Amino acid sequence: MATLYRKTLNWLDERFGAGSVEEFLRHKTVPVSRHIIWYYLGGMTLFLFIIQVLTGILLLLYYRPTPNDAFESVQYIMTQVRFGWLIRSVHSWSANLMIFTAFVHMFSVYFLKAYRKPRELTWISGMLLFFILLGFGFSGYLLPWNTLAFFATKVGTEMAGSIPGIGKWLLVFLRGGEEVTGATLTRFFGFHVAVLPGLATLLLAIHLFLVQRLGMSVPPSVERAIAEGRTAQRSMPFFPSFLLRDMIGWYAALGVLGGLAAIFPWELGAKADAFAAAPAGIRPEWYFLFMFQTLKYLPAKILFLEGELAGLLGFGAVAAVWVLVPFLDRRAGFGRLTRFFTGLGIFALGYIVVVSALALR
Amino acid sequence: METADPTPRGTVQPGRRWVNLLLGSGVVASIISFIYPALRYIIPPPVAESPSRFVVAAKVGELKNNSGKIFKFGSRPALLVRLVDGSYRAFSAVCTHLNCTVQYRSDLREIWCACHNGLYDLGGRNVSGPPPRPLEIFEVHIQGEDVVVTRTA
Amino acid sequence: MKNFMTFIALMLFSLHPGFAAPPKDTCVTCHSVLEGDLAKPAKQFEGDVHHQAGLSCADCHGGDPNDESLNAMSRAKGFRGAPKKNQTPDFCARCHSDAAYMHRFNPKMRVDQLTQYLTSVHGKRLKQGDSKVAACVDCHGVHNTLPASDTRSTVHPAKVAATCAHCHSDPVYMKAYGIPTDQAARYQRSVHAEMLEQGDTSSPTCSTCHGNHGATPPGVTSVASVCGTCHVFFAQLFEKSPHQVAFAKLGLPGCVQCHSNHEIIRPTDAWVGSAPQSVCITCHAAGDKGYTAAQAMSADLAKLDASIGRAEKVLDVAERAGMEVSGAKMGLVDANEALVKARVNLHTFDDSALQKLTDSGVEIAGKSYQAGVAALRERDFRRKGLGIALIAIVLAITGLYLKIRQMESTNS
Repeated sequence: MATLYRKTLNWLDERFGAGSVEEFLRHKTVPVSRHIIWYYLGGMTLFLFIIQVLTGILLLLYYRPTPNDAFESVQYIMTQVRFGWLIRSVHSWSANLMIFTAFVHMFSVYFLKAYRKPRELTWISGMLLFFILLGFGFSGYLLPWNTLAFFATKVGTEMAGSIPGIGKWLLVFLRGGEEVTGATLTRFFGFHVAVLPGLATLLLAIHLFLVQRLGMSVPPSVERAIAEGRTAQRSMPFFPSFLLRDMIGWYAALGVLGGLAAIFPWELGAKADAFAAAPAGIRPEWYFLFMFQTLKYLPAKILFLEGELAGLLGFGAVAAVWVLVPFLDRRAGFGRLTRFFTGLGIFALGYIVVVSALALR
Repeated sequence: METADPTPRGTVQPGRRWVNLLLGSGVVASIISFIYPALRYIIPPPVAESPSRFVVAAKVGELKNNSGKIFKFGSRPALLVRLVDGSYRAFSAVCTHLNCTVQYRSDLREIWCACHNGLYDLGGRNVSGPPPRPLEIFEVHIQGEDVVVTRTA
Repeated sequence: MKNFMTFIALMLFSLHPGFAAPPKDTCVTCHSVLEGDLAKPAKQFEGDVHHQAGLSCADCHGGDPNDESLNAMSRAKGFRGAPKKNQTPDFCARCHSDAAYMHRFNPKMRVDQLTQYLTSVHGKRLKQGDSKVAACVDCHGVHNTLPASDTRSTVHPAKVAATCAHCHSDPVYMKAYGIPTDQAARYQRSVHAEMLEQGDTSSPTCSTCHGNHGATPPGVTSVASVCGTCHVFFAQLFEKSPHQVAFAKLGLPGCVQCHSNHEIIRPTDAWVGSAPQSVCITCHAAGDKGYTAAQAMSADLAKLDASIGRAEKVLDVAERAGMEVSGAKMGLVDANEALVKARVNLHTFDDSALQKLTDSGVEIAGKSYQAGVAALRERDFRRKGLGIALIAIVLAITGLYLKIRQMESTNS
């Protein structure tokens, strides 16, 4: 086994210098501290993304992206195709799990201040990836063309339309017209299987390259402790120690996904009917809930702005601050400003959790 | 990456082998339990197409003037009617009273429900008897030799 | 005296130059400033359908609406006064039976109400001198009459029962006639009243079965025809059934015998058969052909109902477990159709026709049931598969864990 590995490596090395890459990776380490649990989340998100790609490709073999056929094709997958129920439910559940782990990964990086120099670009590319994941979630949600999806898309794109200046254009661009129709479905399908995967691949490549190049960040508290001589720098080799632990997590995730697919299969619902009234209590998926609920709380007018518009602009401002935090929190790791940003992060996390819970009541 | 094994060969080797065996078989078993469904999935099922929203209800010339035909539309019955003047109309055949299947009456030139004598006119409107609502109307197009019925999305 | 003074004041007031042109309708002008019952007609008349059509007091009562003096109400001016009770039909019919006149206002309007009325129980008794019976204004109101299509009208379909009940549910008023006074109360409990309340104006009320102007209760022999105008199939089947001849011989009132006339409630399958709640055992007893037929029909209906219920239950369980069973559920629609038709066919009172329907329904329901069972089998297969996959995963995780421990114990 080992000699086969050696032989293959040598063959590749003679062709494009694979040896130096392997050498580099062999020395990749992960800092060990009580915070090590958070370090698994990036890999977990990547693993779930790969699951999405694989199940997505399988679904593509049977799915038809037209209003006449979309719902029926998903129904077909759920009922007629062998293990279609499994592939489809895994795809839907994994999407949610992936966005959840992405959230946790993002917040853990934020609180561990891994975005500080020299990793600002890693943070930016990661945030862009996060927005792309939300885009995947939003575009994919419409594809079964059931009542819930149809109206959730209607409400969501409506909100986009209220942005000043570009709003109208953005709405028409997203919907492929004035209303949510078959054109919207075609467009969202294009985003979901071509545009977003392309962008994601590019950003993922950048993100992963930067992570390898810059190595893993050490938490600020641990760095300080090492500098003051209170502890020694501990690390674990990525291959095989960390990777084997990663694999335990990935297997556990597979078990959870299988269990969810078999015991709580993803609902099919009823086919979308554009002329029916929106069902009561329509709301977006959980990862958009806190924004949705916030807009509900805002008064009709704030100063001179319409309430909903003020809300959207508010989210935009918060998102901008969040994305630019490596440049705002320059002395991350020490100083009062850093504690401010930690506090901001705790507030943001608390807000998201509480408001989402309120939306579910 | 093998590291030096400081403990005596006799005691660790079987332990190591068991662990490797366990790990190997676990990984292989799990991979099979993922690959097997995927392989079965990609093989198309016997019913090759999902039932779509447009259906070939009949062939041109199959129906005489002033007659009707029940056909399957999705999972529900539908009615194709050829009028006296040769044109086609299509409706859902599910009666809006208690869901019996309606039929075309060439003597009355209206759509009739055998359960409680409900009547619908050729516009699908409920004109007599218990039905409280009109029948859903479908679109009919002639495509070559086929009479195609679609549901307006 | 007060009235006279008011009149004088009015006369002096009208001498004012501003009143040089004569007032439009002196009847209304004077009567609206009078008191009590004298003022009521003037005040009510504003909303009356006759007023909307451009008619004035004088058009019915005669007299001169331009004359400001009391002379306006003189015989010389053609004043007819308020008619007595027994004069009202002719009073109204003066216009309402004149086809040429009525067609100026509403070409579709019928003009035979008086003719009809005279054939009715009310009309006949009125002619004999009974002033307690209903005449035109008792149902239609007076001076505030509205067309029957107006929801506020006393003769709007939704209001008719209450209008009839005004007299017919008053036991004191109706004492002398010796007929029941519970019809309205019973009707309120019926399915017809319920449908009418929900806005289905095709649902019958008193006048639908009894007639409105020619109100006469349908006789025992004709009640089935009355019901049959809407419930066509049931009447046709009944007519061909053994009950038709039997009921006629016994003088039983057709449909009403089992379904009642006023308190017509939703029948249930329990009405058929030999159980205590059934209507069959009212006449039939153990041993006769009817009893056996009732038992057989009841059994068939119950069999179909049970098989549909069984299929629905298993499909519900499958659906809640996440299985896709919409196709099988659609199949049950046909089984339900068979049950609906069977309940209609019941009125042949012959089990052979019924059994064909219920048997086909049972077959269809059976197929749906099988589909549900298959769905549950699939659910169990998935769970077993999940179990196997989980075992493999646990194996892999255990292997990984031990491998890690092993590697790191040798490394430290």
